[in-house]
Amino acid sequence: MTDAAKKPATPDLAPRVLTGKHFMIGDHACAEGALAAGLDFFAGYPITPSTEVAEHLATRLPAVGGRFVQMEDELASIAAIIGASTAGARSFTATSGPGFSLMMENIGLAAMMEVPCVIVDVMRASPSTGLPTMVGQSDILQARWGSHGDYGIIAYVPASPQECFELTIDAFNAADRYRVPVFILMDEVIGHMAERVVIPGADQIPFTGRKRPHTKPGEGTFLPFAPDEDLIPPMAHAGEGYKVHMTGLTHDERGYPQLTADRHNELVHRLVDKVRLNAANIMDYEEHNVDDAETLVIAFGCTARSARAAVDQARSEGLKCGLLRPKTIWPFPTTRVRRLLKRGTVQRIIVPEVNLGQLRREIERLTQLPVIGLNHAGGAMPTPNAILDVIKS
Amino acid sequence: MTTTQAKHSYSTIHPIDKLMRSDRLPHILCSGCGVGTVIHSYVHAIEESGIDPDRHVCVSGIGCSGRAAGYVNVDSYHTTHGRALPFALGIAVHNPDLKVTVISGDGDLFAIGGNHFIHAARRNVNLNVICINNFNYGMTGGQVGPTTPIGAKGTTAPQGAVERPFNLPHLAKSSGASFVARWTVLHVRQFTDAIVRSMDKDGFCFTEVLAPCPTSFGRRNDLGEGLDEVEMYRTHSRIVNGSDHLESLDIDIVDHERAITLGNFVDVERAAFQA
Repeated sequence: MTDAAKKPATPDLAPRVLTGKHFMIGDHACAEGALAAGLDFFAGYPITPSTEVAEHLATRLPAVGGRFVQMEDELASIAAIIGASTAGARSFTATSGPGFSLMMENIGLAAMMEVPCVIVDVMRASPSTGLPTMVGQSDILQARWGSHGDYGIIAYVPASPQECFELTIDAFNAADRYRVPVFILMDEVIGHMAERVVIPGADQIPFTGRKRPHTKPGEGTFLPFAPDEDLIPPMAHAGEGYKVHMTGLTHDERGYPQLTADRHNELVHRLVDKVRLNAANIMDYEEHNVDDAETLVIAFGCTARSARAAVDQARSEGLKCGLLRPKTIWPFPTTRVRRLLKRGTVQRIIVPEVNLGQLRREIERLTQLPVIGLNHAGGAMPTPNAILDVIKS
Repeated sequence: MTTTQAKHSYSTIHPIDKLMRSDRLPHILCSGCGVGTVIHSYVHAIEESGIDPDRHVCVSGIGCSGRAAGYVNVDSYHTTHGRALPFALGIAVHNPDLKVTVISGDGDLFAIGGNHFIHAARRNVNLNVICINNFNYGMTGGQVGPTTPIGAKGTTAPQGAVERPFNLPHLAKSSGASFVARWTVLHVRQFTDAIVRSMDKDGFCFTEVLAPCPTSFGRRNDLGEGLDEVEMYRTHSRIVNGSDHLESLDIDIVDHERAITLGNFVDVERAAFQA
């Protein structure tokens, strides 16, 4: 071996927070967001169109002292990030529809064990192998309901590379704060488009860590699944001396299996309620010209970009039209939509999306107003003109 | 008088109680099951390892063997079916100071989790893996699995298994494991020593331990009670250390024509996985 080969590949650690202005694709911005959020551990498996997240971290993460592992499949990837998280890691994986499907069982485990972890799903045209390199937005219901049973999760839907950076940081903070799996549902267009990304100084990055045990190991009784008033239990990590037990079985506050209907009912209610009752603090959205809108467009991800252009064009033609863009698809900004509709100005709602009506279904539950879908099964996104045509119809 | 008092004032605390979650007793395991003996050996190995119990972590999958993690008083994780190994990898890679042991069954580690096993061994991840091989799926009532010997009966092979079973030590060796052994729950000293050796080593260490499942497997295969199967281990096994016989380690517990080979087969130094 030559002397050169013996030298460490990265003698100087690159900065964790890449402060500055960049021209970056969404996948890379997401990876940079994870690094800025304090990512410790990434495990993943290559899949289009998310591979750039893994590739970027393969270089960047070890350089800042984190650990990157390419696993044998997505089943292993999700298991590994849950395991690392139980040992205290901020942990992360990136995938797309087929891999997301494979992860579903262990997403339920993370929900049941209340292990924080962040999963990026860069959505492509589905079902099955579908159109691997082309856009889809059809995993949003899977993100909410994909694992068996009832549980709470949080899912962000960025609409630009800048938001891929910012919402990834929010995702890590929310995962730790609420002890749930958190998803970032990008779509292929957002993942692969390059735009300006402004990364602030390290001191500007918001950080919410996990709640930690109120007692030291061996002092008093620590019940790893006894929630505080916010319904979230403090979390002890492997190796700290608390000797925790975690299981996917229905368990008591000690973490021990308690296989009774009453305990199950109590536990699952809490897993759902800790997100539901904190929804006002979690949900995030952006509004554009909604105040006097008679036609309200609700759109997310790449579709929201077309929708905004369509709304602006409609306004310039004198049509009272506005856009509500959820940044969290779960919890969906239900209360905000209800409040907007209560004003009485909105006469109809248009929901363009790259699926056959998954978000429309959610809106239809909230209102008696006409909800008009503009749908494409995947591979193409609605153009501003297509949305404008529906607004004018 | 004093002597009499002393004779009766014995301690109610067993020496290994501090490493057991005795508040979880009684356990769910059947009479004659081998899983308890494996747990016993594991906690003795923790003591003998000289590693602070706070640094030991136990990870299990699903099944009777998968319940092992629930009874040991170290940080312990009862995960999903087949995924104990990648879960454990996450812990071991994130915190290399921890000594992570995976205890799970033959179905969990080699059927649903088989892919993870060969890759964890290939990477030489710093894990101590104990496979409790009872030749069948006990928890679900005695179905055949990837280690069921040809001819042995299970609820899903009422005429006897026809598929060739895995030779687990050979699979582990060829996948890249640094330490490979096979013992039975009768051979508690050798088995415990193998675990202690694994805890002392870096890299992927694998020990298969044969264990009776009288309720689901023994009953259908004329192996008698748990103790009868353990007696069969005594009379029908031979100890051959080293890797010369790895290819002929198939287990014959139906016809009893060949001895079951036990031993420490592989103990090599190979760079352990680092991320």
